[in-house]
Amino acid sequence: MSGSIIEVKNLSKKFVISHEAENGKYTALRDVMVNKMKGLYKTSSSIKEDFWALKDLTFNINQGDRVGVVGRNGAGKSTLLKILSRITEPTAGSIRIRGRVASLLEVGTGFHPELTGRENIFLNGSILGMKRSEIRKKFDEIVSFAEVEKFLDTPVKRYSSGMYVRLAFSVAAHLEPEILVIDEVLAVGDAQFQKKCLGKMEDVSKGEGRTVLFVSHNIGLIQNLCNRGILLERGVLVKAGEISEILTLYNSNNSRSLHWEGLEEYENIQLTSTSVETLEGTSGDVYNDEDIFINIRVKINQPTRELLIGFNLLGLGEKELARANYNDFNGYNTLDPGSYLLIFCIPKHTLATGTYAINFDIAIPYVKKINSNKPNLYFEVLSRGEKGNKYFVTNSSSYNSIIRPDWLKSIEKIG
Amino acid sequence: MTHKEFDILIEPGRSEKNYWRDLWRYKELFYILSWRDIKIRYKQTVIGAAWSVIRPLLTMIVFTIIFSRVAKLPTEGTAPYAIMVFAGLLPWQFFSTSLSEASNSLIGNTNLITKVYFPRLIIPASSVITSFVDFAISFGLLLVMMVGYQFAPSLQIIFLPLFIIIAFASSFGISLFLTALNVKYRDFKYIIPFIVQFGLYISPVGFSSNVVPEKWKLLYAVNPMVGIIDGFRWSIIGETSFPALTLSISIIVTSLFLFLGVGYFRKTEKSFADNI
Repeated sequence: MSGSIIEVKNLSKKFVISHEAENGKYTALRDVMVNKMKGLYKTSSSIKEDFWALKDLTFNINQGDRVGVVGRNGAGKSTLLKILSRITEPTAGSIRIRGRVASLLEVGTGFHPELTGRENIFLNGSILGMKRSEIRKKFDEIVSFAEVEKFLDTPVKRYSSGMYVRLAFSVAAHLEPEILVIDEVLAVGDAQFQKKCLGKMEDVSKGEGRTVLFVSHNIGLIQNLCNRGILLERGVLVKAGEISEILTLYNSNNSRSLHWEGLEEYENIQLTSTSVETLEGTSGDVYNDEDIFINIRVKINQPTRELLIGFNLLGLGEKELARANYNDFNGYNTLDPGSYLLIFCIPKHTLATGTYAINFDIAIPYVKKINSNKPNLYFEVLSRGEKGNKYFVTNSSSYNSIIRPDWLKSIEKIG
Repeated sequence: MTHKEFDILIEPGRSEKNYWRDLWRYKELFYILSWRDIKIRYKQTVIGAAWSVIRPLLTMIVFTIIFSRVAKLPTEGTAPYAIMVFAGLLPWQFFSTSLSEASNSLIGNTNLITKVYFPRLIIPASSVITSFVDFAISFGLLLVMMVGYQFAPSLQIIFLPLFIIIAFASSFGISLFLTALNVKYRDFKYIIPFIVQFGLYISPVGFSSNVVPEKWKLLYAVNPMVGIIDGFRWSIIGETSFPALTLSISIIVTSLFLFLGVGYFRKTEKSFADNI
């Protein structure tokens, strides 16, 4: 049958962020009671803010489509997948799904460390929606794909992380739903196993005509696997269409964030433009074998002592990775009024592939912080082929290195 | 290639309509999660299954000494005090274990709830089932004790399954209610052990309902475990009259909690993944 297998209409999802909650997301009954009591005297003191993770999304997906969902961090990709796999409920709108959905938002969901490999295959399989008879039928295939035959009756807590991930992926790869929803989990295992996984994914999607929704930051992978794309930006659907069209749009959108121009005015100093560039220029992609230049243009209105101009490099989840200032190492003290161009350089082969953000840091130390503290620029480091990419795994904590330097000085045969 | 039965509509407030059908569809997951809980429970502890024998046995011994020897309370009919205590301890322990296990079950399975869809009811339900396995083991112990004391159960024991079902419904209903509350209000983590401890004193575990003064009977029976324990004793020992009053109050309270528990659980279930 042709026609749409998934119909999404005016889908929205709202989260309420309460600014008063001190210790995280959950409420204590105690607080509720205290607030109710407070409410008797005055209106509630907690500031609640609505945050729309998704806003008014409408699109259709046809049977057999392999859809890549792209967008920057926080664009709402994962929320969309969670709603599609019925983990959370939308706030408004509707989705019609005509088929069995299996979602793979994490590798090895529900794996229990105390149980053996064999037991975990059954456990994980059922959690992902397989019937026991189905699992039994595919059992041998799963085991041989994962290459863990010898350790089937060992508790998985004694597995190496590689074995663990292989087993987990292998179970997932043998799912047979009509619709498969995958969130950035393919990048697991060593390079060889990754290749095997990708091959399997291609078989599943292209060969067997299954509908696949796929979130990844790996553009190459999406280009390879998908025929359709959905581009999200801050919860809004920018476009749904042919994958090439979507990726072009995504790349041009992305490079826009490589460059910022405007005027952020503070008393003593103006930030006029910032950009992330490589020798190739500002519009293209950033590869890990190129020097990355961070440019800051500022105008200084009056001489200020100890002025700090620099940036913070942020990684996934806006975690701070590095900090650089113009006067870190050279003893500069004051800058005369005038316009300045500061160029910082992150040498090639420093950063691992992934998405980074830059947060400009302008301050008079111990006196005033003048910048806005929000990331101004985003860029993505890609790699050409496998260079600097070996054994790099985004989703496995044991492989989560951020720096991938080319530190080898020499190698020679000495005996 | 289309599957009519898998035509799903997702809308705010919608998931209710195919809820029970979904529950049925996920019966295998229910089975396997219960199996996992049982397996883990007896795998992780050193003495494993022995634990579900030692715990009631020691409690029974202490209760028998305190209530029979020290407080000199009467037993029911001619039954040895130990057997009377144990007959009450069985449903009580099932109830209290269910409550504590189920209320923590959702939080203990956060990784599942935020990553996969399935009717969330399965998780606390499988905790209750796990507690039931303990119950079954303890029941075996009761049989051994009966042989030891040369005490033959009454014929009314054929009604025991009925009381087990009520105990099940009561444990399940109250557990569901508290489980859902525990996701939203984490201070239930402290309230539940208190309920369990407090409940032990107001339920006829160490003593017989006969020692409760008549004028307090009604208030006393609001605790659903009173009627259930009375029922257990009636069918196992069978030397008192049928506990019509306490049992009927218990059934009413149980149905109320079951209704409330399932209702509240389903109402909040959809936001578990956001709140947990």
